[in-house]
Amino acid sequence: MKKFKKVLVLSLACAMGLSLVACGDKEETTTEAKKDDTTEAASSESEDGSEEVTEAPVADEGKVFNIYCWNEEFKSRLTDHYPGYEVVDETTGKIGDVEVKWTIVPSTDNAYQNNLDEKLLAQADAADDEKIDMFLVEADYALKYVDTEYTMSVTDLGITDAELADQYQYTKDVMTDSNGVLKGVSWQGCPGVLIYNREIAKDMWGTDDPAEVQTHVADWATFYATGADLAAKGYKLTATVNDSFRVYSNNVSSKWVEDGKLNIDPQFKAWAEAEKASYDAGQTTTGALWGDEWSAGFYPEGKVFAYFGPAWLIDFCMAADDENSIAHAGGWAATVGPQGFFWGGTWICGATGTDNPALVADIMRKLTTDTDIMTDIVKADNDFVNNKPAMEAMAADTSYGDAVLGGQNALGMFCEGVEKIDLSKISAYDQGCNESFQTAMTDYFNGNYASYDDAVAAFKEAIKVKYPAITVE
Amino acid sequence: MNKKNSNVVRYNRWGYFFLIPFAVVFIIFQLIPLVSTIYNSFFKHFFDGMIEIGPNYVGLDNYVSMFTGGKIWKYFGNTMIMWLMGFIPQILLSLLLASWFANPSLRLKGKAFFQTVIYLPNLIMASAFAMLFFALFSKVGPINGMLQSMGILEAGKPYDFLAHTSSARWLVAFMNFIMWFGNTTILLLAGMLGIDTSLYEAAEVDGATSNQVFFKITLPILRPILIYVMITSLIGGLQMFDVPQILTNGAGGPTETTMTLIMALNKHLFSKNYGMGGALSVFMFFVTGILSMIIFKFNSKTEK
Repeated sequence: MKKFKKVLVLSLACAMGLSLVACGDKEETTTEAKKDDTTEAASSESEDGSEEVTEAPVADEGKVFNIYCWNEEFKSRLTDHYPGYEVVDETTGKIGDVEVKWTIVPSTDNAYQNNLDEKLLAQADAADDEKIDMFLVEADYALKYVDTEYTMSVTDLGITDAELADQYQYTKDVMTDSNGVLKGVSWQGCPGVLIYNREIAKDMWGTDDPAEVQTHVADWATFYATGADLAAKGYKLTATVNDSFRVYSNNVSSKWVEDGKLNIDPQFKAWAEAEKASYDAGQTTTGALWGDEWSAGFYPEGKVFAYFGPAWLIDFCMAADDENSIAHAGGWAATVGPQGFFWGGTWICGATGTDNPALVADIMRKLTTDTDIMTDIVKADNDFVNNKPAMEAMAADTSYGDAVLGGQNALGMFCEGVEKIDLSKISAYDQGCNESFQTAMTDYFNGNYASYDDAVAAFKEAIKVKYPAITVE
Repeated sequence: MNKKNSNVVRYNRWGYFFLIPFAVVFIIFQLIPLVSTIYNSFFKHFFDGMIEIGPNYVGLDNYVSMFTGGKIWKYFGNTMIMWLMGFIPQILLSLLLASWFANPSLRLKGKAFFQTVIYLPNLIMASAFAMLFFALFSKVGPINGMLQSMGILEAGKPYDFLAHTSSARWLVAFMNFIMWFGNTTILLLAGMLGIDTSLYEAAEVDGATSNQVFFKITLPILRPILIYVMITSLIGGLQMFDVPQILTNGAGGPTETTMTLIMALNKHLFSKNYGMGGALSVFMFFVTGILSMIIFKFNSKTEK
């Protein structure tokens, strides 16, 4: 009996101890498995590489292709338009023998970047199959990655300047680092327009003709004057105070951070004062972008006159697949609006250390330089693609129309807008500054801060915490 | 005789063996992080974008900048206020429910059922619960819809629960209350069931009222459990994060009046500020320790 007890005790202790050691064990087995993978991978890539990628080294291609992004947009582009992409399940796909693994982390509260940064910093030591091969960035924080060694030069991937000649210059400017090296490419251009509700326009002015509506929103003074008329009839000018933020912030004359110091451009004050007046007059709400109040206007009951947005917003975000939405009925139309602006845009970056450089290059080529594929994207998804000749041709094409916009071909407007996009005033801190400014100002709009200056003080405090590197005065 | 003695010693040895797993886990997951947090708090170390800055030794600079401006006390105040707003009703209701459940003379039916039901809210993830409330209490949510159709609010003028300090705080407190009162009830109930029933019988024979029984017998005997409940709840309250974080989208709005200490700590994650994060954590460590000591002392004083 005593012996039995001892044995029992020993085995229990061993079990407990083993459970600790087990973690270490597992890692060893995975690295072994990985070694097998890489040898196999060599043979797998040769099929893929035979197609057209000749300059990239084929031998060292990995079997797993890791893509990091924050929503389904790029995934659907790749699924629908990349030749040979097969869907396996929600988070995996297949291109030839290569398994495509999607890591989709929402941008909310910076979660996407927190995760990405951690992985990128560990990239050098990660196993090949765990390495990030491709990740996506937005203009607001692109510089954070572009000016580092974590992004690969597009030229090093084998893509020549000549191939990129048709792309809009601004999309390349964003991704050019301080040494003039291009670090990423995009398949889309994001000039924004004013998207208005046709029904409301008819009710107000008896017409929904874009040229006619434009006269009522031609500049900020007329825009808010129209807001007063709309409010009198029970309509809202915009869904939230934050809708017009981009339009103001894209027309700044200085950066958020100049010489390491926080700098608040006069445009931001102009926005805050204008929207405060607009909110107090009942023309809008203080909801957050992407929130319930914001999206309420996608439906007729929301009674929202206008949104500001680029092509992707119209087709990807305005609930077009919901039968009850205005978008589904084609009840929106586009016009230039008070000021030109751009919003968002997604750039594809190759991660340094990728074991699939040829595939990275091929996806970049197919999606951002192949005119046929890009035209398909426009036709299928009404995106505004990063291909100047193609877009200009389509803008002139009367047979093309966006169903969400009631068949209107707004590409001409986008083509005009995209030429005006000036990204010389972006900084690596834009995202955090914009978000914090909006948060602080929302409290001002709601009356929780007595004055604009109080809100600015709170904003400055938030920036101190967010970006310790910035001097805040 | 001699042999027996050595056997005892040998058996004692097993005690130490059994402690090894705990000690190892404790050292790896508690002690080392704790020490390294304190160590990190003396360094300037963060990321500017992808560029690592530091670590440079800066002495107490992080603590100085943490306390200048007084923000930290505001966050501490927010945390304590929201905790108390939830905890006071929670402990009162739990005491009441537990004493009902523990009282055999009430002959409650379906006791097990109700004990399960009151515990259920705790099984929902706090973040899911907060998302639910966020949707329920949004300006275009069902609660505002109901209030407007009932005529309590003027139609077309929804109340923005999350834009007013008091309503936002009550929402956070209410959620914590709903989630934790079941847990507290079960703990108190366990304590009450452990009280010798002969004490109650004796009191009954002596003609004590049920109030007297509760205050003179139940509560004093329950004190150790009460202390335990209070301290664990305090620690949980100081670490309040998920509910206000999700409910206010991380902003702690309006005007940072629902910003708890851990939410402030989470803000430092944006730039991976190890130094400031460490300083705030050390601050929390001491605050938690001091407050726990106070509760402990306060509750055990009358015993003498």
